[in-house]
Amino acid sequence: MMRQLLESTLRVSTPLIFAALGGMFCERSGVINIALEGMMLIGAFGAAVVTCVTHSPWLGSAGGVGSGVLLAAVYALFVIWLRANQIVAGTAINMLALGLTPFLCKILYDVTGQTPAIPMAERFQSAPLYLSWITVGLCWLWVRYTRGGLWVSFAGEHPEALDAAGIRVNRVRWAAVLMSGALAGMGGASLSVFLASSFSRNMTAGRGFMALAALIFGKWRPVPTAIACLLFGFAEAMQIRLQGVSLWGGKPIPVQFIQILPYVVTVLVLAGFVGRSRAPRALGTVFRRG
Amino acid sequence: MTRKLLQPVLAVALGLALGLAVTWMAGENPWHVFMILGKGAFGSAYDLGMTLFYTTPLIFTGLSVAVAFHAGLFNIGAEGQLTMGALAAAAAGAVWPGLWSPLAPVVAGLAAILGGTLWGAIPGWLRARRGSHEVINTIMLNFVAAGLASYVALYLLENPDSQNPETRPIGAGYLLHKFAVFGGAPVSLALPLALVAALLVWVLLWRTVLGFEIRAVGQSESAARAAGIDPGRIRIIAMCLAGGLAGLVGVGEVLGNAAKFKVGFSPEYGFIGIAVALLGRNQPAGVVAAALLFGALHKGATALDLETERVTQELSLILQALIILSVSADGLWTWLKGHGVTRPTHKGLEVTAS
Repeated sequence: MMRQLLESTLRVSTPLIFAALGGMFCERSGVINIALEGMMLIGAFGAAVVTCVTHSPWLGSAGGVGSGVLLAAVYALFVIWLRANQIVAGTAINMLALGLTPFLCKILYDVTGQTPAIPMAERFQSAPLYLSWITVGLCWLWVRYTRGGLWVSFAGEHPEALDAAGIRVNRVRWAAVLMSGALAGMGGASLSVFLASSFSRNMTAGRGFMALAALIFGKWRPVPTAIACLLFGFAEAMQIRLQGVSLWGGKPIPVQFIQILPYVVTVLVLAGFVGRSRAPRALGTVFRRG
Repeated sequence: MTRKLLQPVLAVALGLALGLAVTWMAGENPWHVFMILGKGAFGSAYDLGMTLFYTTPLIFTGLSVAVAFHAGLFNIGAEGQLTMGALAAAAAGAVWPGLWSPLAPVVAGLAAILGGTLWGAIPGWLRARRGSHEVINTIMLNFVAAGLASYVALYLLENPDSQNPETRPIGAGYLLHKFAVFGGAPVSLALPLALVAALLVWVLLWRTVLGFEIRAVGQSESAARAAGIDPGRIRIIAMCLAGGLAGLVGVGEVLGNAAKFKVGFSPEYGFIGIAVALLGRNQPAGVVAAALLFGALHKGATALDLETERVTQELSLILQALIILSVSADGLWTWLKGHGVTRPTHKGLEVTAS
């Protein structure tokens, strides 16, 4: 029972970890990423379609990553080049992904709901789980010890200083947004070709926002963020476990309260009731030279 | 005035053109798709009625986002607020089913306002007194509202006659009058109520002291403070108003249509409200016009599944997304105006506020 719960916690946390790390790149560089949800969704779709064609989950996840990057490029185009409001554009990107995926599904397979099922042998058994934790380690090293990590943090905290040092702020932000699309796309891929066996309409069901919550809970740092993902994953695993289990006089346990826990905790943390979480200083602002 | 209108109209045209180009790539004739959209939205009295039925909640959520915006706040929480409003209206109708007609809908309407107001007050208070950003808080509270509402609909006020996650039906005294001319489409008194709400929001914002204070805080917090206005207090009030407006969605849905709260009844009215406010430039009249456009897109698209080979009703989401992106592309519009670099767009939606 405990072992099972632990295992399923690790499994359901995997897409969250990828997406939250993706959000970390974007937000550390000063760009709000409400669009994580849409990038994950399109990633899940891309991965399922490519896996169906190539029969390889690895190529499939490459497809997921690619579609995430593509959507992230649209987002970056609007918020960096065209200076669209990041929250408005993010909302639109999510809508676009929500509409585009069943639309393409209909064209490719003549059904709107789902892509064809992927057989067990062509799915991941556990690779994304390990990969997600390797990514956590790499992100930690990258933020702490590399020049790129420093640039991204400066783009989010003191863009003027970065510009004065001769680094183009908006180029750093472009790279960070694309990276977030890649990781969110991988998060989506681990939904459709690892946890499930096909893409289905709106299959992310708010996981992108939950990843965003984990990012805030983890104070925009890789290791605490991953731990927050585990915590939220544990809540999800508990909820799956307790579904339909009766406790008090034959009444089923209301899993809704476990469901909302991650969101309540995030609100409390952000308000400073439980620790304090501070956003990058220049988060959400447009950078212009001169 | 014409210049103010030009940008939204161009943006809609650009968004529609891009969206229809997508249908061309899918192998359909874009003109054909466009005609189906038009006919689906306005082709008959019933179609028009359904369009107006979808327009009504979008007026409320658009006004909700607009009022918050004037106070410098970004209300992405209209979805949660309308959930709480609809739930409160349905709860009132389920708990006191015997209430008689003129009083019952008023009670349920007030409950809807109260439910939405409460859900707006939380992020307003958190922003004003704890300094945490309303964007994240409202997103999180949307999920909390969805969870609470499904708990109430499944365990507290469950409908014993149905397997669906919904509350038990409200009393007959609560049901709103439906206009007969729309061939059975659920166009109720909620529509005129929405128009009155738009008028009241206009009066509030431009003809009252509170409205002046709200706009002052939205434009410059420091200037407002210097003028003796407490920005925190104004922000809480603005979020309460925004929540109450979103909560009124419950009137049309519960009293005018379903006669109960159904989990997941809203096709993202709250999020489309952001687009409505943006396109309507946060002006009440603009909000009404934009709500009609998005309502028509939503209704028109429902005909696509049957009338075309490969295009589905999800096209409405794509069209809406492309229109929002077109409107929000500040850089594109300043470039078109030939100004190059002009006013800063650091915080919020200045592009729409001018």
